[in-house]
Amino acid sequence: MRVRAFMLAAALAGLGVTAVTAADEPQAVRQQLMKKVGQATGALSGIAKGEKPYDAEIVKASLATISETVKVFPNHFPAGSETGMETEASPKIWENMEDFKAKAAKLGGDAEKLLAELPADQAGVGAALGVLGKDCSSCHESYRLKKD
Amino acid sequence: MGRRRRKLLFGVLLLPAVAAGALWWLTKPNPWDAAHWQGLGEPDVANGEQVFWAGGCVSCHAAPRAPEDQRLVLAGGRTLKSPFGTFYPPNISPDETAGIGNWTLAEFGNAMTRGVGKDGEHLYPSFPYGSYSRMTAKDVNDLWGFMQTLPKSANVAPPHDLPFPYNIRLALGGWKLLFLTDEPRADVNTADAKLARGQYLVEGPGHCGECHTPRNALGGFEEGRWLAGAPNPEGEGRIPDITPGSKSIGNWSASDIVSYLETGFTPDFDTVGGSMVDVQKNMAKLPPADREAIAAYLKALPAS
Ligand code: HEC
Ligand code: HEC
Ligand code: HEC
Repeated sequence: MRVRAFMLAAALAGLGVTAVTAADEPQAVRQQLMKKVGQATGALSGIAKGEKPYDAEIVKASLATISETVKVFPNHFPAGSETGMETEASPKIWENMEDFKAKAAKLGGDAEKLLAELPADQAGVGAALGVLGKDCSSCHESYRLKKD
Repeated sequence: MGRRRRKLLFGVLLLPAVAAGALWWLTKPNPWDAAHWQGLGEPDVANGEQVFWAGGCVSCHAAPRAPEDQRLVLAGGRTLKSPFGTFYPPNISPDETAGIGNWTLAEFGNAMTRGVGKDGEHLYPSFPYGSYSRMTAKDVNDLWGFMQTLPKSANVAPPHDLPFPYNIRLALGGWKLLFLTDEPRADVNTADAKLARGQYLVEGPGHCGECHTPRNALGGFEEGRWLAGAPNPEGEGRIPDITPGSKSIGNWSASDIVSYLETGFTPDFDTVGGSMVDVQKNMAKLPPADREAIAAYLKALPAS
């Protein structure tokens, strides 16, 4: 009886811990980072499509967000985070970690190049998106798996 | 032995023979009559190129990990995993010995639309002729014309790696009898030229159902689940539902779908991934009206 109660308490405590820290789990952190990249890309796309006026500050901030975010993104794939929390990360990431990191670095590098030579108008932003979009899908092609 | 017994025995012996004969007849390779491929005239190579991109031949027939500028060399040899074993798509470059340079239009056309090889053998439906069967003779002729313009390769792809009984081509006749058709997959209003074009592209050359429709144990499409999403044949993950009932794209507008096919971006700024990346690159090469037709067709499907 005492043992059962003890185990129950321990189990509940365990549940509590995961509930409190769910947002810090690597799966959640990296999904949040990718959402940030997605939002920055969306801001660029709005300009490229002419839905928003060209604004150099927004272009600069979006490119900076992308480059900074993908720098830390590959740090959130520790062993043990292959599954869970609806992750769409492919198991191939852990088999080819170096290549995965190289793909992140490629996107980061391209975003930095664009920051150095900031696209100057709507057409420039469109061309930049073409470059970045290829980097996104080249990583998603090998390393992200849709689950629904 | 009484007469009844003899008759019975005769029947027992004869029946399987008749059945086997009928089965052989029903499942033998069935190419088109020669006339189907005659009188088509000079191919329209520019249209052939469009058919080539719609058909996505590069995804399976380019060499594995070929760099971007070598993708038109259809050397074959990549691995294609399936629940039935591993396929290695062959060399289909215009090389006369290693490729299909010495094939006739009829031989090529019968492979594309009836799954019949050069020597009259059944081809495996991992070559998506179950969709290409809907292609018009004109499009096949134009495609054949375009393929003559591609570079040759002397590569010989490895033989398929298939366990018994899937390594027996003869048995494919049974699969064809059950599943090979050129009938429409979905009921859409074909009086609308845009929908008819979308239906042709999606159900025919685009072979979207080969990935997006779930299969039964025999490898045929599940009834009533057209484009409703399927397990990923390469292993984990799922290929999404792309009908209006989809959890992910059910609320996309037709222009969201058009823009995804053109740029690879989803409306919430995710991008295309997995085996769809190649398909999207191909779709981006089609005329805008074709992408619009595909989107219109997807929106017109019944929800899953
Ligand atoms: C280095 C590889 C890599 C690159 C480069 C990359 N992504 Fe991702 N992305 C992933 C992975 C892996 C996931 C799945 C993460 C998970 O679910 O654990 C993902 C998920 C996403 C998601 C879904 C996030 C969610 O959970 O809602 C979005 C949106 C996204 N990426 C956008 C982008 C965009 C836009 C770019 C390019 C500007 C990009 N990604 C570049 C690897 C990458
Ligand atoms: C999903 C992958 C896939 C796609 C897409 C594909 N093929 Fe194939 N193809 C195969 C496989 C696998 C075989 C081998 C079939 C067999 O051995 O029975 C094959 C065989 C063939 C053959 C017969 C070659 C021979 O030597 O017997 C021809 C011709 C051919 N494909 C042409 C095409 C053309 C043209 C396209 C584009 C319109 C195309 N294929 C698209 C997978 C594919
Ligand atoms: C080789 C397999 C394959 C073929 C052929 C294919 N698809 Fe896909 N498709 C996929 C995969 C895998 C995804 C998931 C993409 C991802 O992971 O981002 C997808 C995603 C999509 C999506 C977005 C759905 C979503 O939830 O993100 C659309 C729209 C789509 N496909 C349309 C088509 C159309 C139209 C065709 C035919 C012209 C087609 N597909 C042919 C594999 C395929």
